[in-house]
Amino acid sequence: MRDMSSADKHKETYREEAYELLADLEVALLELEKSPDNGELIGRAFRDLHTIKGSGAMFGFEGIAAFTHEVETVFDLVRDGRMPVTKDLIDLTLSARDHIRNLLDLPETDHNAAGGEILTPLRKLVPRDAEETGTGDSASGHAGDNMTYRIQFRPGPDIFKKGINPSLLLNELRTLGPCRALAYTDSIPKLNSIDPETCYTYWDIMLTTDKGINAVKDVFIFVEEDCKLIIEEICDAGKFGEKFADKKVGEILIERGFVTQGDLASVLGQQRRIGEMLIETNMVSPRKVEAALAEQQHIREIRQKEQQNDHQADTPSSIRVASGKLDSLVNLVGEMVTVQARLSRLSAFKNDPVLLSVAEEVERLTGELRDQTMSIRMLPIGTTFSKFKRLVRDLSKELGKEIELTTEGAETELDKTVIEKLNDPMVHLIRNCIDHAIEPPDIRSAVGKPAQGMVHLSARHSGAYVLIEIIDDGAGLDADAIRAKAIEKGLITPDDELTEKEIYSLILAPGFSTAKTVTNVSGRGVGMDVVKRAIDNLRGSIGISSQKGIGTTITLKLPLTLAIIEGLLVNIGKEYFVLPLAVVEECVELARQDAANAHGRHLANVRGQIVPYIRLREQFIIQGEGPEIEQIVIAGVEGHRVGFVVDSVVGEHQTVIKTLGRIYKDIDGISGATILGDGTVALILDIQRLTEIAEHEEMKAQAGSKKLQSLKEGDN
Amino acid sequence: MSVAEILETTQYLTFKLEDEVFALDIAKVREVLEYTTVTKVPRTPDFMCGVINLRGGVVPVVNMRLKFGMPDAEKTVNTCIIIVEVNLDGETTVLGALADSVQEVMDLEPDRIEPAPKIGTRLRTDFIKGMGKHDNKFIMILDIDKVFSADEMAMVQDTGASALI
Repeated sequence: MRDMSSADKHKETYREEAYELLADLEVALLELEKSPDNGELIGRAFRDLHTIKGSGAMFGFEGIAAFTHEVETVFDLVRDGRMPVTKDLIDLTLSARDHIRNLLDLPETDHNAAGGEILTPLRKLVPRDAEETGTGDSASGHAGDNMTYRIQFRPGPDIFKKGINPSLLLNELRTLGPCRALAYTDSIPKLNSIDPETCYTYWDIMLTTDKGINAVKDVFIFVEEDCKLIIEEICDAGKFGEKFADKKVGEILIERGFVTQGDLASVLGQQRRIGEMLIETNMVSPRKVEAALAEQQHIREIRQKEQQNDHQADTPSSIRVASGKLDSLVNLVGEMVTVQARLSRLSAFKNDPVLLSVAEEVERLTGELRDQTMSIRMLPIGTTFSKFKRLVRDLSKELGKEIELTTEGAETELDKTVIEKLNDPMVHLIRNCIDHAIEPPDIRSAVGKPAQGMVHLSARHSGAYVLIEIIDDGAGLDADAIRAKAIEKGLITPDDELTEKEIYSLILAPGFSTAKTVTNVSGRGVGMDVVKRAIDNLRGSIGISSQKGIGTTITLKLPLTLAIIEGLLVNIGKEYFVLPLAVVEECVELARQDAANAHGRHLANVRGQIVPYIRLREQFIIQGEGPEIEQIVIAGVEGHRVGFVVDSVVGEHQTVIKTLGRIYKDIDGISGATILGDGTVALILDIQRLTEIAEHEEMKAQAGSKKLQSLKEGDN
Repeated sequence: MSVAEILETTQYLTFKLEDEVFALDIAKVREVLEYTTVTKVPRTPDFMCGVINLRGGVVPVVNMRLKFGMPDAEKTVNTCIIIVEVNLDGETTVLGALADSVQEVMDLEPDRIEPAPKIGTRLRTDFIKGMGKHDNKFIMILDIDKVFSADEMAMVQDTGASALI
């Protein structure tokens, strides 16, 4: 019916969905821990579990379905208020969640891997009286007594294409109780006109179960929209219940007095269409059956309409797209932007007004297209934040510390790739906070801090960057200890004069760890440099500020996107460079005369304000001399204004960022390359890094002259 | 690297630097481009010409003359960039090799290839896979993976990176 690949695809979809559901479940559980009486959260957890179970069974993940069912049963009791939410329950459910997640990653054959160590204590949690009333009461309603249901299941013709295997549904029904299914094959066409992907078969099923009608409905919960489904209660072999979802032909006939219940009872046992039977046995005329059918049809139509309305209301406002497609879309937009730059250049060159207006239109559209495409890739960082809640909870428990994680700005949006790559470094930083920074409760009380430690995560936009802060109220960094350690490790010499900020950034150096004891959480000395490298790869930066005894703040500054930025194109001699426009504040002129009058100091007077500048021509060792009047591009670097001297400013440039590749991967001060309208390559400057390099060189020079000074004084 | 590895007849692309003829395994060569504008990356050694735009991708170019310690030459109409795929730390990387001119593609049987002499080639012997003979001329068959190995390129990084702190 379906080929393997499409079955695999559906399984993959299930996995993805299940991951999301598990993530949601985790959030719900963690919130539930704080407010155990919140019925909405209990319902949310239950629904997550139910969906994992339900679709698990449908796509052949029996192990998961069986395991989840047990957990779901317990949560059903909680939902009915027959079991309290306790810490044990949350703990066990969290480990059950992890177990399900493990099962998802395992090959299906291993799915029977028992989760007994979780389920046994979980079952023990169930209060005795709750258990006695029966766990079968899974979805409320008429449970307890054995009820017989007649189910008419008419799958839509395209049900296979939607990845649903009706036989699995029938199997699931069998698990509810004694069940007889009768397949109708009359609408199957001749072999040569069969479409193998179309479902021609439909079923009538008799099911006796004590689980209640909702349990039966739940089996079909995912196919309701794609099939005609009628579930009826039949009490005691043929007496109809009163609450019918959809009126049956026979029933309508009874209501109209054409047949008696006795007739029906004898007919029902034979499992065929009542109308046909009745006509055959001449109990009613075909016309009357037709009338009844019409009424049935009428009811069905009304119902269908209602369903459609419901369906329309439920139509999701978002769709699921494979991330690979998004990536290739971004690549295409990138190429488009490059071609557009060529067009703009060409039109400016030709100076044809018609061409110019077209080029402008294309430029506008490309810009919009680019922004839209980029915004598609933006995701709120909140999903990452909620993952850390669990991390903090588990770790602090393990280490015997009390720590609360608070978050802020979870709705801040970041490029998908950045978020993905941010996870590991963030985990590392938070682990560090918990393990090293925050003291055990007794020490905290001794120094007059609240016993419960605090880790605060915040995210916010700042220009083309997102700032993520990890703030703890722990012991803070010990600048002297770091300094001593760095000297011991040979990272600096005892004579080096470093600012506090530079001392803190030493902990980012490879092989640096100040923790005296190595725990299994952190402190193997492989940590912070890995974090730094990861952040560097994202073209971000790390800032550390700390106050001893009060706490530490680690700030991650990350670019909004990795693919396309607005840039300012400048040139020095024949070389072209791009500065990220987001950091550029203004451009001012620098006459050679003014520069000469400054006694070699690289300082410019911008409306009375002193702005240091860096001569890129010198920095990059570019031959030749600059023009009479050069340009200083003034950029904001970490709250300071720094100028970059270039020959001239060309203009704005939509910059598609290309990496320079492995060979140039450690080049400092250059963050990538882009392709210009004429097909040549321009380099993108890493403003922050260039400033750091210049500062460092300056400092080295100063330290050198100071040493010289002290030597001279010694001579005297 | 030795001649022992060359067991079957292989096609080679030959190119010239000054008067000397070098050869590359054709399987490593992706294409040959005319010389185009190369953008120099600041603070890199001279033999690293810079980067070019190869149909939207950024590809580094190495000046083979300077790499092999020969004097640089004026660009002519024959100057070309051979785009090669090299294996750098287990990753395939695309690189451009700047050469004076490209000659031809030729077959060389294993018995016409001799091991490179330890001295007298003016080149590091590990760069050379073997010496081929063709029309009474010697051809130096390059081991391009070695020439562009990570260690060789690390020089770029050392000179380029002015380490902070």
